Amino acid sequence: MGAAVKRSIAPLFWLPFGAGGMLAALIGPALVLITGFAAPHAVGLSPGFMSFARASAFAQHPLGKLVLLGVIGLFLWHGAERIYLTLRDMHAGGKLALMWICYGSAGALTCVTVAALLAIGW
Amino acid sequence: MSGARPYIRPIEPLWWARPPYLAYTLREATGVAVAGYAVVLLAGVISLASGEGAYQAWLDFLRSPWSLALHLLFLIGILAHVWTWFAIMPKTMPRLVIGDRVVPQSWITAAGLAVAIASFIVILLLAKWVQP
Amino acid sequence: MPPDAAAGGAPREIMIKTLRYRPDVDSKPAWQTYRVPFTEDMSVLQGLQYIKDHLDGTLSFRWSCRMAICGSCGMMIGGEPKLACMSVLRDYYPGELVIEPLAHFPIERDLVVTVGEFVKKIESIYPYLIPKTARRLDEGEYLQTPLQLARYETFSDCINCMLCYAACPQFGENPDFIGPGAMALLQRYNGDSRDGGEEKRMALVHTENGAWSCTAVGYCSEVCPKQVDPANAVNQNKTRSALDYFLRFLGRSVDVRSAPPGGGAP
Repeated sequence: MGAAVKRSIAPLFWLPFGAGGMLAALIGPALVLITGFAAPHAVGLSPGFMSFARASAFAQHPLGKLVLLGVIGLFLWHGAERIYLTLRDMHAGGKLALMWICYGSAGALTCVTVAALLAIGW
Repeated sequence: MSGARPYIRPIEPLWWARPPYLAYTLREATGVAVAGYAVVLLAGVISLASGEGAYQAWLDFLRSPWSLALHLLFLIGILAHVWTWFAIMPKTMPRLVIGDRVVPQSWITAAGLAVAIASFIVILLLAKWVQP
Repeated sequence: MPPDAAAGGAPREIMIKTLRYRPDVDSKPAWQTYRVPFTEDMSVLQGLQYIKDHLDGTLSFRWSCRMAICGSCGMMIGGEPKLACMSVLRDYYPGELVIEPLAHFPIERDLVVTVGEFVKKIESIYPYLIPKTARRLDEGEYLQTPLQLARYETFSDCINCMLCYAACPQFGENPDFIGPGAMALLQRYNGDSRDGGEEKRMALVHTENGAWSCTAVGYCSEVCPKQVDPANAVNQNKTRSALDYFLRFLGRSVDVRSAPPGGGAP
């Protein structure tokens, strides 16, 4: 039967793409506003919102780690799928090469996230 | 069929850059903003793991005009993502039937956007609530 | 051809530039332009018929019903996939009207494209009701409420005009993609409460050439003359396929080997 009836592995990447997209749609704008504008410039939020002490406390908490891993990971995998498909549309390279570059980067950066979160300690 | 010699036209390689597909390509490009922002967050997590000095450097970067411009681009990209995401969302669902009527796809989009706006407000309020 | 009374005498003329290809004499397609007198109410199809009747009898194109139900006259009109009977010449005046055969299909002759592969795809998705529970004649009809009908009705409106295939860039890139039209018909059956053949059809959906060639461009649904919304048919099956990919280990698994490659008896 061969390739014609072989199940695609696309769902492996499509579900994280979907979850990441939904998450980004729901919390993305607020997060960018907070971490990119309000907190660094203390506009609408008191200074020290993202101080080292508070950030450490958050990242040391198991739920905090989960949130950081979830947000960073899902955002990365969402972006990776879209970037892969767009590069494929643009004929930027062979399909397999593009998959390795895009999904490989997302995978590598996810591992880095896990490592950094563990390094922060509890 | 005598004389049958079908002619196969080559596909236009830049189809993605021209209307009506350009809008689709721009929608997909919002993924760059989402992933890009995640990378900035990741840099923050790494700096946090590297100690107070490194973390302060990340905060200093966030205060820089470069970061301001970058986050403005992220914001525009992510807002475009929000808009186009809920526009396409109804296509990924079976036809929703409530009572005896099919729910128009525009209603599903509107509901999604409403939830996103509510979520946006809730998070900002949450931030205000937990601020030092 | 009566003169356009509203214009006060001389009929207006539109330049129709169409791609020609005669496989017995041409090595590749070439343009040919015709000057066609027209009235306000004339369709592009009527413009082509004028050319064939009065200017050039060798111009070949498919048509039948003239009323957007047979699906024969699909072509690229002003660069967009449209039915010639559903487009009017006045919309393209005073510019030049450019007509080409339907995109992403091999040209058989002039504006006629080869549809054999499309027909094979339609045949491959088990395009008939496979009853969930068979009923004997004396048990009466299979009953269906308007609500159950509403769930799949738009997908049954497809006239097989293939405009969606011309619109779909992923089909243009990958001619083995089963495509929007076939997926709409697939969902017409999977979504029918009387049908029990979903598992067979899902085997095709799960493949790379099934739902997973689609990137949700959505142009297919925009060009559909019957508002079938094939984009919905394909993308809701992505969701189904993705969930099944992970949940199959919990329940029954879909045996992909049960799907014959070219269609056939169940």
